[in-house]
Amino acid sequence: MTDTEAGTQRPRVDGEFTVRQRTQTQLVLRRFLRHRAAMISLAVFLLIVLWAFVGPHLWHYSYRKYTPDNSQPPSWKHPFGTDASGYDAYAQIMRGTQTSLKIAILIALGSTLVGAVWGAVAGFYRGFVDAVMMRVADLVLTLPLFAIALVISSRSGGSWYWIAVVIAGLTWAYVARVVRSSVLSLREKEFVEAARALGASDARIIFRHLLPNALGPIIVNATVLVATGILTETALSFLGFGVQPPDTSLGLLVAQAQTAVDTRPWLFYIPGAFIIAIALTINFIGDGLRDAFDPRQQRVRQ
Amino acid sequence: MTVIDPGEESGAVLDVTGLSVEFPTEDGIVRAVRGVGYRLERGESLGIVGESGSGKSVTALAVMGLLPRSARVRGSVRFEGAELLGLSDNQLSDVRGRGIAMVFQDPMTSLNPVYPVGYQIAETLQRHHPDLTKRAARERAVELLGTVGIPSPERRVDAYPHEMSGGMRQRVVIAIAMANDPDVIIADEPTTALDVTVQAQILDALETARAETGAALVLITHDLGVVAGHTDRVAVMYAGRIVETGPVEDIFYAPRMPYTLGLLGSLPRLDREEERLTPITGSPPSLLNLPPGCPFAPRCPLRREVCDSTEPPLHQAGPVGHLSACHFAAELVGAGADQVFDAVGADAEALARFADTAPSTEEDPA
Amino acid sequence: MLAYTVRRILVSIPVLIVSTFIVFLVVVNSGDPVANFATSRQPAPSKAAVTAFARHIHADQPVVERYWNWITGVLHGDWGPSVQTNLDIGHDLFTRFRVTVTLVAAAMLIALVLAVLFGVFSALRQYSAADYTITFFGFLFLAMPVFWFAVLLKQAGIWINEQTGSQFLGTIGEKSPYLDVDTGWNEFTDRIGHLVLPTITLALVSFASWTRYTRASMLEVLDSDYVRLARAKGLRRARVMTRHALRTALIPLATVTALDIAIILGGAVITETIFQWHGMGEMLVQAATTLDVYRTMAWLLLSAVVVIGFNLVADLLYAVLDPRIRYD
Repeated sequence: MTDTEAGTQRPRVDGEFTVRQRTQTQLVLRRFLRHRAAMISLAVFLLIVLWAFVGPHLWHYSYRKYTPDNSQPPSWKHPFGTDASGYDAYAQIMRGTQTSLKIAILIALGSTLVGAVWGAVAGFYRGFVDAVMMRVADLVLTLPLFAIALVISSRSGGSWYWIAVVIAGLTWAYVARVVRSSVLSLREKEFVEAARALGASDARIIFRHLLPNALGPIIVNATVLVATGILTETALSFLGFGVQPPDTSLGLLVAQAQTAVDTRPWLFYIPGAFIIAIALTINFIGDGLRDAFDPRQQRVRQ
Repeated sequence: MTVIDPGEESGAVLDVTGLSVEFPTEDGIVRAVRGVGYRLERGESLGIVGESGSGKSVTALAVMGLLPRSARVRGSVRFEGAELLGLSDNQLSDVRGRGIAMVFQDPMTSLNPVYPVGYQIAETLQRHHPDLTKRAARERAVELLGTVGIPSPERRVDAYPHEMSGGMRQRVVIAIAMANDPDVIIADEPTTALDVTVQAQILDALETARAETGAALVLITHDLGVVAGHTDRVAVMYAGRIVETGPVEDIFYAPRMPYTLGLLGSLPRLDREEERLTPITGSPPSLLNLPPGCPFAPRCPLRREVCDSTEPPLHQAGPVGHLSACHFAAELVGAGADQVFDAVGADAEALARFADTAPSTEEDPA
Repeated sequence: MLAYTVRRILVSIPVLIVSTFIVFLVVVNSGDPVANFATSRQPAPSKAAVTAFARHIHADQPVVERYWNWITGVLHGDWGPSVQTNLDIGHDLFTRFRVTVTLVAAAMLIALVLAVLFGVFSALRQYSAADYTITFFGFLFLAMPVFWFAVLLKQAGIWINEQTGSQFLGTIGEKSPYLDVDTGWNEFTDRIGHLVLPTITLALVSFASWTRYTRASMLEVLDSDYVRLARAKGLRRARVMTRHALRTALIPLATVTALDIAIILGGAVITETIFQWHGMGEMLVQAATTLDVYRTMAWLLLSAVVVIGFNLVADLLYAVLDPRIRYD
């Protein structure tokens, strides 16, 4: 767990320990940097993000402009080929990756923000407040994510933020549960007692003491949610309930290419590979973070 | 006593020589045990004392062959003359439980939560006596539960571990250990996790188990008081080595190693009046990249130049069988802890340190 | 335990009512089937026809009343009107339910058996090449979009059929529309053939996640004091691994398996769509596309009951497997 208080701690003078003292943050960072799969994944993921958001400005085709070439296999001119109507797949995949990433990241941010505050408040006050808030969270958890998202987002008209809001509206409860359980144990710790004795307000205790110390599980969960988010969005778009043309997403691109697996395989494999690459790197990053925050536990879910 | 020359004619039931254990870790090799040797005669009892991390538990696990596969074990462990190191896990399993049995530290986690305690005793009986019927094994389990002092054992035999208190569970673990009449019982801090009031009862149960089976006992503890009443000899471990060993009386009344002296000095005693406790300042060294010289030197009030360069071997330091690993063992004759360690200063210093660290522990949730 | 079960079922009734009410509000407000009817038909229906349609699907009633009529109707076996005039939602639902149950059951069974085998193997050989391989594929499968893999598998099935000159692997529907020789055996193999690819598709993600879970759970147990004591007792390795390690490691797995049913039902929607099964998945997609409120609700209600049922099974299973848990 990240320890914000440790940063302000006076250096020990008594020299009692032969091992060099490190702050929690340093330890976590050091363990994460040593996790090779996570580091490579982080680099790959950042490259994909950079490519998807900066790339379209540098590329000479737009994702919504026809080119005179249709059904071209990959070439220097069209690195990912073109589809039957002559769209440049490179431009489309860049745009699709951008849309899918935007949605996934908004899902992770939105549900983490809501879920963390929800869980922290419930765990901090306990009793009646906790009971009511957690029953609401449990209720949300009983709703089958994919089916409900499918039903609601059919109304969305394909705007990316609406899809993200719908999915985040169904996933925040997971975060709330995780945060609540770590807050329940944190609130008994001495540093919370101390803060309370010093007259800190409830809000200050929750936001300055409890949440920062629960940052480990929160960050790990957020990465997991990016992966869940991208897989859910692309599946929705694939079935025609997510992003709608003329905008595009990786799921939509796979859907449009599914009849062309034999004839124009590049249209099918490349967007699929991008989804896998994003979800895979995110999962490795999450794994590395989990090990870094919590090296002892070979964590079992729940 | 402690075997240094391996050629000696051996009537010992357990004979450990030059045992060393290393763990490769990310940060380097941790040398947890560095050349430990001891010898246990039939029915004898040996106490192994040391702080946590001194290598006493690792030594025990190495003898049982229960260390993780990554551990590198060298040296020799002879049980009734037969070498155990290098045996396959399957061959070792014939010795475990029957030849050498073990009692672990934490009774709350030592028993499998999904099986009744009787089943867990019967299981070990049937492993080593394949012709024993289920019924007979169960009856014997009831008998064993009675022996270790569990009231109404016929009823408790079907109880699950979570239905019992820590003390009761540790009795069950002792019953498992004595089930197959072992020749050696290794008890690794058997009372540490328990309430003070229960500790004596568990030690009694252990004594009963010894009396019933005639087993030799290796009692591992960090508590010198436990050793005093229950063992014939003591070995004091520090930083992976035995630093002093000898008969209990010698160690208690005429220690020849400053560390032992320090341990005794930090033990509250009721038989002497107006004596201050003398803590050993500092903490044990990291077993990773241990510097040359005596590992206790940084904390030792008698430290001189030679201590930083040469690690003293275990050598004769008094009556027969009393060995010490201190360059200046001879100087310690007749010395008391309060003469070597600074009692008055220690008190003031400890207070100051407490005042210094108290606020920062409040800030530090880790 | 019986009393506990009954109590749990009673408690889940209000949960079901509240959650279906919320869902009902969401579904009713997520699209306007009447407007859809008025604009999408050719030729454009008359005003009277639109009003009649609205009355037919109860769109003219206040939402609370609609909900009340629907939920009480369901208790009497009336699942409400569909936007498709001749469709009996209840009958359709249960026909499709049987189709989907086959798929889900087959996928769960296979995923579970393989996950335990691979997970345990991986844990026993921790840090070996086999362990790394299994772990890597676990990560890969978890990152694989189901729909993409399904399309790929479908292509592979067609290719295999071409290569072997058989029609064993079905890629469309849950059975062939007609059979040359219509014997019971042929029908059975035909169904099995159609089941293979969708089952692999649906099992994939669960297999990956349960393998990782089994591995973690097993590693934790292998590191426990009681496994060490079991070894110290002299028990042979095989017995320690099965009786002490695996037996205890499987307890949390049972719960996780049961709780993942909601995710699997979601996966079934995608799988069925791609393999064109006439199951619940197709029903949900159709219902959502046509803004068919009562058909959507029928799907959601049945799946909610299934999810709640599995939750209960998970808890009961936990009590059976772990003597520390008692429900009285």
